[in-house]
Amino acid sequence: MGLEIAFWILAVVSVAAALAVVLLQNVFRAALALVLCLMAVAGIYVTLSADFLAAVQILIYVGGISVLIILAIMLTRDVQRGSPSNKLRIPALIVAILFLAAVGFATTNTLWQVSGAAPVEPTTAALAGKLFGEGGFILAVEIAAVLLLAAILGAIVLVREK
Amino acid sequence: MSIGLEHYLILSAILFSIGLYGVLAKRNAIIILISIELMLNAVNITMVAFSRYIVPLLLTGQVFAIFIIVVAAAEAAVGLAIIIAIYRNRETIDATEIDLMKW
Repeated sequence: MGLEIAFWILAVVSVAAALAVVLLQNVFRAALALVLCLMAVAGIYVTLSADFLAAVQILIYVGGISVLIILAIMLTRDVQRGSPSNKLRIPALIVAILFLAAVGFATTNTLWQVSGAAPVEPTTAALAGKLFGEGGFILAVEIAAVLLLAAILGAIVLVREK
Repeated sequence: MSIGLEHYLILSAILFSIGLYGVLAKRNAIIILISIELMLNAVNITMVAFSRYIVPLLLTGQVFAIFIIVVAAAEAAVGLAIIIAIYRNRETIDATEIDLMKW
């Protein structure tokens, strides 16, 4: 019962915060709404018994990416102009609603083979085994490391004063 | 009614649609990037929900979610750097005014 209450609260908070991101005119407030949405999504991970992912979400998104975004907003000083829509607003709304209807239809009409097994808890050791263990994702982990290095170097080169 | 896989999938679809609307309809480049983050988060919810309900003992969906977070972090860093570089050169981050390569 507690899980259901937590899910509904987190779902309402995350959807409301996401709507605030696209509807608020102040760019800075939109970024703060994004932070709220990311924290609600971390709570959703907890209800899915993904404790390690919830911690990663808080550390990387709420701690790192949101700070980057707020820093970029400060540096570009475009807050005064707000966050106006372009002339594709109505078609974009129609596309989003059509997408939501298609995915909702597909989701509710598919017979999911839900497993009744209890989830692994805690997940940290199991995830480490998956990532670094025998037959795991060690190659992808190393590629991710190279990708992060390339992204950091690219960002430094792009924003460096000439 | 107990919470099942469909609830998480519908929630994720709603968040993805909101992000899609933001990407298509907004003019501020930073808001577009924020909307992309929303979409990546929605996909992550789907991955973790599938991992929890379809294969609860394998955790494969959570591994994919970790890689999506890594790619999202790299994308945010490079994207914001590009936005700042454009702002330095053109004094604007309005996506409709950045039309040098538009035919």
